[in-house]
Amino acid sequence: MNQRIPVTELASDFKGRAREALADSQLRSNFRTAMDSLMRKRADAFSDEDEREGLRELGNHIRARSLSNLPDLLEQLETKLTANGIKVHWAETVEEANEIVHGLIEAHDGRQVVKGKSMVSEEMEMNDYLADRDIECLESDMGEYIVQLDNEKPSHIIMPAIHKNARQVSALFNEKLGEHVSEDVDELIQTGRRILRRKFLEADVGVSGVNFAIAETGTLLLVENEGNGRMSTTSPPVHIAVTGIEKVVSNLRDVVPLVSLLTRSALGQPITTYVNLISGPRKPDELDGPEEVHLVLLDNGRTGAFADAQMRQTLNCIRCGACMNHCPVYTRVGGHTYGEVYPGPIGKIVTPHMVGLDKVPDHPSASSLCGACGEVCPVKIPIPELLQRLRQENVQAPDHEPAAVRGAGSKYSRKERMMWRAWVMLNTRPAFYKLFLWAATRFRALAPKKAGPWTENHSAPVPAARSLHDLARDHLKNSPIRGEKS
Amino acid sequence: MSARNNILTKLRTSLAGTTPRPDEFDESLVTGPWRYPPEQRIARLRELMEAVHTEVHQTTEGDWPELVAELLVKREITNLLYAPATPHGKQLARAWKDEADRPALRVYDRPIEEWKAQLFNEVQASVTGTIGGIAATGSLVLWPDRHEPRLMSLAPPVHIALLKASGIHDNWYDMMTDQNWAAGLPTNALLVSGPSKTADIEQVLAYGAHGPKELIVLILEDV
Repeated sequence: MNQRIPVTELASDFKGRAREALADSQLRSNFRTAMDSLMRKRADAFSDEDEREGLRELGNHIRARSLSNLPDLLEQLETKLTANGIKVHWAETVEEANEIVHGLIEAHDGRQVVKGKSMVSEEMEMNDYLADRDIECLESDMGEYIVQLDNEKPSHIIMPAIHKNARQVSALFNEKLGEHVSEDVDELIQTGRRILRRKFLEADVGVSGVNFAIAETGTLLLVENEGNGRMSTTSPPVHIAVTGIEKVVSNLRDVVPLVSLLTRSALGQPITTYVNLISGPRKPDELDGPEEVHLVLLDNGRTGAFADAQMRQTLNCIRCGACMNHCPVYTRVGGHTYGEVYPGPIGKIVTPHMVGLDKVPDHPSASSLCGACGEVCPVKIPIPELLQRLRQENVQAPDHEPAAVRGAGSKYSRKERMMWRAWVMLNTRPAFYKLFLWAATRFRALAPKKAGPWTENHSAPVPAARSLHDLARDHLKNSPIRGEKS
Repeated sequence: MSARNNILTKLRTSLAGTTPRPDEFDESLVTGPWRYPPEQRIARLRELMEAVHTEVHQTTEGDWPELVAELLVKREITNLLYAPATPHGKQLARAWKDEADRPALRVYDRPIEEWKAQLFNEVQASVTGTIGGIAATGSLVLWPDRHEPRLMSLAPPVHIALLKASGIHDNWYDMMTDQNWAAGLPTNALLVSGPSKTADIEQVLAYGAHGPKELIVLILEDV
């Protein structure tokens, strides 16, 4: 039985996909269970509130300090990496990044690529790009492997296959790999291990992401639990790391609090099984490790976010996923509903710079602004504030000053703007306000019966016969308290 | 070079008129909550490592080679990858020399290209040293080198690591400052905090994802 949930293929807009996801009880239960567990684990890992808040403050400071000096740090990183023997490449767009990666693979006649988990490579859609050029690019993170096998995209940045349960994974392995049906998770993981081991052995090139790039020492740091990151960066003769330009930090010591914040926020673990610090290719006297290491630094809209001091804070992100784990909207609609690489609250604030706000106009409003995301963010990104900012950008008039966010103004409506102007006028001029109240109460029978989407599920609001001001005036007139005071 | 220049120019333009923030790194935040009396360091490290299925033994510098033999024989493991040029490698070879029924000793003595398939498919276990441990997070620190290359602690299904009790630091920050890591890191420095694992299917923890299925730590209490 194939329980595949190709949500992204069914509806073309956020609302349509959300409706489908909400009607899928299996999907909702998979997410609810997983998010509850991740929230509990995080809470347990940060049991001391003072310790947690101190560390978040430090995390924010480190990220903000790094960004305040980003161009110099990138140059320092490049100098150090180059001195260490790692070749640095720069790409403004995903096309450029893909061309660079493809060029490097071609230069080694590579046909098989094995990839550790990398969200930047998802931005690039590297697998498809390489597949079109007859290069197999296989995901080696278990979750990523599962979604790739099912031609899906990750639905969570840390737990890519969280939307599937063991039964669904088993059915997938049965259908695609001819494995016998087993819902035993250990057995499923051993199947993945067996298949991917062979790939690690054969691969011509390994690709990975980067969690933090350390300028001081010229080091690429990767955290992971599975060992696929180590395999991908150690076994093949060439290692290509891809990352966003914001991932750089100044000093080696900066990663101590950041790694702790990352692994505790993401999974509730004091640390991941492996923390991998790579500072160069194989040295002449060493016996393994890649002969070549490359780093591709990708912009893809990040300089656009950087240009605006408020939106720059989106670049603090260390990709832990805690905001989505705690988001009541994400938990209900799942990652695929967002239709983009980064789902959940963080996705809503980083995606507009990558693809343009006009492509994801519903994202900023798919939030109750409950504030949970901002509260748990390990580097204190004020996500709710940024969502409100994007809501404003969404309705910017076309003649507004150069847009701070790409694709701003796609939800601008002249009618809505006029209604708000009228509302402002009524509420800032007492004479108009009184006149309006007088008219609204006297002619309340004339109130419109249809009020847009509200009346799809509710009865239309009808003004009361007397206004609150009016009632209060009467009340105070008869109040004994008033009498006492005078 | 144009992409590089464009990116840097855009960033510089956006920062025009601003100054970089001063460094206000408060080290007490990453050390204060993570300090232990010396006698509790081993217990703390053990507790965390065992919580993620690491097998930990406390032994001595004299006894560990025998313990390794016992652990391997119990698992019916027939070969062990070791580093003959290291002091612990020499000790192991010496101790095992005249004993019968010991797993065969194998060495990582040539570039990986010459024996990758054998390493991946035949080697059943490895034993390596560490440069220390971290009590706060329950981690081993490995700096692979020519003698104990990177794949030695990754490819074999069982990894045995030797950890000197005196090498256990309270926290990562203390360790990297005590040893002045910032002055120069090796090709690959590693923190290892258990056997390879994943929770990618339904959040169910499964061990032995891509790296070692078993991690055995031998703490040498007298050194």
